[in-house]
Amino acid sequence: MTTPDDRRYSKEHEWLKLDGGGGEATVGITDYAQGQLGDVVYVDLPEPGASVKQFEKMGEIESVKAVSELFSPASGEVIAANQAIIQKPELVNTDPYREAWLIKVKLTSPGEFDALLSAADYDAFVAGLG
Amino acid sequence: MSNAPSSTLRKTPLFDLHEQAGGRIVPFAGWAMPVQYKGIVEEHRAVRSRAGVFDVSHMGRLFVVGPDAASLLRRALTYHVTRIPEGRGHYTLLCNDEGGIIDDPYVYRLDAQRFLFVGNASNADRDTARIREFLQASDDVELLDRQVETVMLAVQGPDAPAHMARMIGAELAALDKRACTELPYLQYKLFVSRTGYTGEDGFEIVTSVEAGRAIWRQLLAAGVEPCGLGARDTLRLEAALALWGHDIDETTNPYEAGLGWVVSFDDGAAFAGREALARIKAAGVGRKLMCLQATGRGVIRDGYPILHNGQQIGGVASGSYSPTLNTSIAMAYLPNPLAVYGTPLEVEVRGKLIPATVVRRPFVPHAGEKAA
Repeated sequence: MTTPDDRRYSKEHEWLKLDGGGGEATVGITDYAQGQLGDVVYVDLPEPGASVKQFEKMGEIESVKAVSELFSPASGEVIAANQAIIQKPELVNTDPYREAWLIKVKLTSPGEFDALLSAADYDAFVAGLG
Repeated sequence: MSNAPSSTLRKTPLFDLHEQAGGRIVPFAGWAMPVQYKGIVEEHRAVRSRAGVFDVSHMGRLFVVGPDAASLLRRALTYHVTRIPEGRGHYTLLCNDEGGIIDDPYVYRLDAQRFLFVGNASNADRDTARIREFLQASDDVELLDRQVETVMLAVQGPDAPAHMARMIGAELAALDKRACTELPYLQYKLFVSRTGYTGEDGFEIVTSVEAGRAIWRQLLAAGVEPCGLGARDTLRLEAALALWGHDIDETTNPYEAGLGWVVSFDDGAAFAGREALARIKAAGVGRKLMCLQATGRGVIRDGYPILHNGQQIGGVASGSYSPTLNTSIAMAYLPNPLAVYGTPLEVEVRGKLIPATVVRRPFVPHAGEKAA
């Protein structure tokens, strides 16, 4: 799966996509992350209204084999959590970059976006993980 | 997450074929083994609905051969293996002197003087050493460790008989449950039994490296799903089959584990742990290995605390996610008063309490024993 270049990436394997220039963004996990996790069976997300901080824990994602923490790639207020993946967690495995977004955030520090990796840099980072 | 296996890990003779098939290799009991290929859930479902093949060459394979093979094994094992008919196998236990479970091998009787002892990977050396403790000076018997020279495959699922019949021998479709036989395949000899560790119909094969590799390739070419240790674990847990090192070990006894049915006193034989086991049986046990099904979200995993009315009453022996039931399932030792179907419990999952209920075993009916 190609890493989309319309968004940026954290070294914790989350992506952040700015929405329409209104200081809002969508968060998800990368294809590499879903592949490492294997079959996702539960996702725990912060509720709308909760605040998240860049690179801090915002939830949990659980596969048959393991549980991993989710780290927010940006700071802000949660404005939506994707109910579709709560109902159908396997979407995270099949469509991590589109349908299986995790949360939408109202950004408090839009400059944080620049601290994240480009698609090419993220690909290089993942290649280095072996 | 990317724990590259160290070079000191042992590899089965199919290792390169696992890499070819896209297997994700992880360390397991000293072996570099595939945990999954396409994915645990997909492989799990393939075994429940069609057929899957597992490389189980990491399992111990000890041939016990000679006029005294049966009597030696009887002295070491809880089950009256001397009564296993030729061409049959039976589940049994190897216990310590206190009645604790050293291993839970499957023992096959090929003929009057030849047995195959299949134990867990992590216990292979310990098993052989324990059996040797029961050798008598006059015994005419050989212990032949064939783990290195052979491959062991498990072909499991409702379509397994058709594949085996077409590929290896039509007579295999008629092989009884828990029966075993030897037959030729190309120029090789195959040991085949109608056994497994998934709750499905299926077969286990022990043969030469060359034949094992050929059969693996042929099964995959026929559309049989390659399955890893991940699916092996979720399948056996749904079938409520104990896993040594998790549900049973040297600190647990057969009666609390619900395995009293493989401890035989009726033939009067002396066997490892007999006195202790007779005492435990007479006194009764205070806890039992029970099945738990989660009613809330989250996966119950090994070691998580179990609570009743806010009090911790034990821990999870083995737990995972059930692809068939779409919920988490687990096995755990519960004190007798709580070891009752329907008892509501809670499992602490990283600080949160998930409700769970004690349910009947197995979680998913075994093939041929499906509820009407």
